[in-house]
Amino acid sequence: MVLFLGIVLALMVGVALWAMGIYNGLVTLRNQVKNAWSQIDVQLKRRHDLIPNLVETVKGYAGHERETLEKVISARARAVSAQGVQEQSQAEQGLSGALGRLMLVVEQYPDLKANQNFLSLQEELTSTENRIGFARQHYNDSVMTYNTKIQKFPDNFVAGSFSFTAESFFELQDEAAREAPKVSF
Amino acid sequence: MWEAIRANQRRSRLLIGLMGGLLVGVGALAAAALAGPDMAWAGGLLALGVWGILLTLALQRGDQLALTAASARPLRKEDAPQLWNITEEMAIAAGLPMPRLYLIDDDAPNAFATASRKGPAAVAVTAGLLRRLTRDELQGVIAHEVGHIRNKDVHFMTMALVMVGSIALVSDMALRILWFGGGRRRGGGRSGGQAQLLLLALTVLAAILAPLFARLLYFACSRQREYLADASAARFSRYPAGLASALEKISKSDTGSRGREMRAMAPLYIVNPLARSAVGLFSSHPPTRKRVEILRAMSGAGWVDYEKAYAQVVGDRTPCLDKKTLASEGSIATRQGQAIPGPEADATERAREVSDLLDRMAHFLLVPCLCGVRIKVPEAFKGDQVKCPRCGRDHAIPTASPSGIPISYRRTGNSWESFRCSCDRVLQISPAFAAKRMRCKGCGQSIEIQPA
Repeated sequence: MVLFLGIVLALMVGVALWAMGIYNGLVTLRNQVKNAWSQIDVQLKRRHDLIPNLVETVKGYAGHERETLEKVISARARAVSAQGVQEQSQAEQGLSGALGRLMLVVEQYPDLKANQNFLSLQEELTSTENRIGFARQHYNDSVMTYNTKIQKFPDNFVAGSFSFTAESFFELQDEAAREAPKVSF
Repeated sequence: MWEAIRANQRRSRLLIGLMGGLLVGVGALAAAALAGPDMAWAGGLLALGVWGILLTLALQRGDQLALTAASARPLRKEDAPQLWNITEEMAIAAGLPMPRLYLIDDDAPNAFATASRKGPAAVAVTAGLLRRLTRDELQGVIAHEVGHIRNKDVHFMTMALVMVGSIALVSDMALRILWFGGGRRRGGGRSGGQAQLLLLALTVLAAILAPLFARLLYFACSRQREYLADASAARFSRYPAGLASALEKISKSDTGSRGREMRAMAPLYIVNPLARSAVGLFSSHPPTRKRVEILRAMSGAGWVDYEKAYAQVVGDRTPCLDKKTLASEGSIATRQGQAIPGPEADATERAREVSDLLDRMAHFLLVPCLCGVRIKVPEAFKGDQVKCPRCGRDHAIPTASPSGIPISYRRTGNSWESFRCSCDRVLQISPAFAAKRMRCKGCGQSIEIQPA
């Protein structure tokens, strides 16, 4: 009788330990997802901070490209003030588009392209675009790992009882913002 | 990703366990042969003790040791902004804090990563690597190193290396004691004498073979880790072709690096730094050609894509990655390469850039001469005049306060021009500038402007 109770107790303790391990793992993964999300925010802000400097540099060489520059400034203002995921994502796409058009304009000014200041700014911008991309990638990877784990057997039992819900992927509406804008005369 | 790390930790524990078994075995056998079979456990314990001491030492000073041995200098962001950006991008993609960056003053292209128990990891690259690679290729290399950090390869390989060292040490000690102290053996004509002889023979055999086996195990681990790091690199950068072409470029330039002090650290590098290294079982890295083939055969960027390519190229049935990692996700698409102009077009310019960077970091003063040469004056130079090595003109070494002797700049046309003052500030001349002299706003130096 005592032996039977002992075995049952040992089993219960074993299950509890296993469940604890799973729970901790899920918590780690979920926090990683949250962290990855905030990383995207950090990189987007970095882009916002770079733009005034870029505009000033370009103004010195291509002052009469006022329209393009103003579009960039207003797109940035919109992105900074955007609230909520939907609005933010749209504003950021608009900003990417405006920056792309500005880069096209810059192509016509060889002196500007050779300017050291501008070159380092361009490197920073390229890097920022890359970082935003990688932050999104890392976020999506974390979400995928987390979602897979809470859906797989037998971890889904623990996930269900402690209400770990699936996170959503970060998808851009469309990649049209990345394609070259058509210049019409 | 955690799956891969955990699985690797499991596999590592197995391999370490095997090596540990070898270590304890040799120790026990030696003790049994020398002092009697009942002392075997003491021998085993002693062997483990040796390993423990060496491991503690290695883990504490390990990373700094590697960096100092390679004469690596720490980099700041302004020294190499592109490299810094690339490293930060890869750190974001891997979900790690940004590692410290170091530069090695060597023309042979290579890179390695180290990590300590606590505190940030470190990645070192050689000047030769910076000179030769495009942005995508550099990103691939850094992704590979970050992969090593993420997979905790450095800890593992350090432990394994220390294990190999301990086995070699214990075996050596055992052999030495047997050789010199052999006279004082117990047992003589007793029946125990035969067993004693057998034990002795076994010990000698073990002492000779154990280091060999340990090294084989070690190199097998090392190769396995390299494949895993390649797969991680593809996954982080989503562009395996970048790492592939970087490896091609690195293996093409066969400037062998300095030899002996690199041996222990060879597994940490991306490509074996020893020029004439053994291939096959004793190589710390898989053959570069095979790695390139696998990377180029990948149809995606995820774990399963790497595994498929591996099976395709290597052909045999042994899997590269473990089942759990493979099951954790499906195929991942690669991205487009970035069309940033590579250094092939202006190789000399890049070489000059990198050597300037090194000189600037070593606090050299750059004095531009009229004939085009930029004279590099070391900080410790005592004297206030220097002769240009090409044309022989005398130049005054600019000090903080403006001296009376001007430096000159010859214009190359009639448009906007930029050039550097000796204080490193960029000065610009507009097309409308017609004066003969201008003053640098940074250091107050008066510069003569000569027409084109």
